[in-house]
Amino acid sequence: MISLKRVFKTFGDKVALKDINLQVKEGEALGVLGYSGAGKTTLLKIISALDVDFQGTYLFKGIDVKEHPGKVRKSITMVFQNPVMFKGTVFENVAYGLKIRGYPRRYMEERIDEVLESLGILELKDKSAKRLSGGEKQRVAVARALVLDIDVYVFDEPTSNLDVENIKVVERAIKGLIERGKTVIFTTHDLLQARRLSDRILYIEKGEIVEVGKTEEIFKNPGDERTWRFLRAVL
Amino acid sequence: MTWDYIVEGFLEALKLIISGDPDLYDILFRSITVSGLATFYAGLIGIPIGVVLGLSNFKGKEIVKSIFNGLMGIPTVVLGLILYLFLAPAGPLGFLNLIYTTTGISLGQMILVLPIVVSITVNSIESIEKDIRYLALTLGADEIQMMKKIIEEASPGILLSLMTAFNRAIAELGVALMIGGNIFIKGGEMNTRVLTTAIQMYVSRGEISMAIALGIVLLSLVYSISMVVNCVQRRWIEA
Repeated sequence: MISLKRVFKTFGDKVALKDINLQVKEGEALGVLGYSGAGKTTLLKIISALDVDFQGTYLFKGIDVKEHPGKVRKSITMVFQNPVMFKGTVFENVAYGLKIRGYPRRYMEERIDEVLESLGILELKDKSAKRLSGGEKQRVAVARALVLDIDVYVFDEPTSNLDVENIKVVERAIKGLIERGKTVIFTTHDLLQARRLSDRILYIEKGEIVEVGKTEEIFKNPGDERTWRFLRAVL
Repeated sequence: MTWDYIVEGFLEALKLIISGDPDLYDILFRSITVSGLATFYAGLIGIPIGVVLGLSNFKGKEIVKSIFNGLMGIPTVVLGLILYLFLAPAGPLGFLNLIYTTTGISLGQMILVLPIVVSITVNSIESIEKDIRYLALTLGADEIQMMKKIIEEASPGILLSLMTAFNRAIAELGVALMIGGNIFIKGGEMNTRVLTTAIQMYVSRGEISMAIALGIVLLSLVYSISMVVNCVQRRWIEA
């Protein structure tokens, strides 16, 4: 489904991503691990077709992302680490993606109620989104993605602003996506969360993929010294 | 030094305002109309320019922005003089017959406030552009939908640009005096006297109470508009 070949990304003189080769299958849950500044968010932005200014090839379901980013964005959504809210209510924020896809109002209301309830924020529906706390905003951002019926969901630190209880709620929602056969790609600093949610782990350091492998194999027996050092430092 | 003449002038001014002095209110309504029209047309031209500048990325963008930023502070007397040279009967645009008309003042004020509308609109767009662009795109918006969303999110800033423009237009003296000429004939149809030119004239004639009354009206108008716009902005953002 997702195929990146020899992808390089630079910001001026700084190389942010170096020779990225990655295949992600449909229905797979991929956890992206790495230190801050390793290139995780840059990679996610490229995967989400938000950044098409890179060298190399990225094919999404055989479509060249550089040629047709708009087409690909209809099938992928990304939830940012620091969620930005539109003006207006929580409902209006969550409805945006559905509205531009032309869904009828009645469907939108039912679907939004269902998603907000699953994330424990139904009572915030008519509140001003900009006035919410950081944790509430993060759940609204997750809700904006969950209401969409698309192929790939990308989450950049989806639970970084949440308390233990709400981490469980968001993890349950992400698991729900995986169980429905959706492709999920996420970054996290919580290794246990990565272990709970992912089928495969990608470890990235200084813009380079160090290794990609099955979650349990990476945690029990990492193939690269650098991965081992990272896991030991964080766990 | 005595405060008497100021206090007396102030009390007399209040009387003029409360009694609904027809000359005072005539000048007030003319000022609002003239500067309102200037702001309307500056918005009509300046908002699209600001939006395009804010959303686009081209070589020389910073230069264009700095030209507009620089023009925000243009001395009104200099602009008034330039316009006078162009619009005077002997000038290249004399055939338009805009000198000593309210339309001429509106045109001059529009030119004066256009850079304000453009610069504040550009800043409003640029301050949210990156975040909203990514968010709208990742939720499936196409380029047009994304731009509409950015403009919608920047609308409180755009409203602020119009308020600032109106306040600058209604409070300026140079253009109104040189292009308008401060003409006032009771019951006349060609009057061009506005708040600022009237204040200047009454002070020079020593009619302090009328000058203070007009000053109070001008300040109240500017503050009222600012307060209303601030309230609307706050409600808009937090709605």
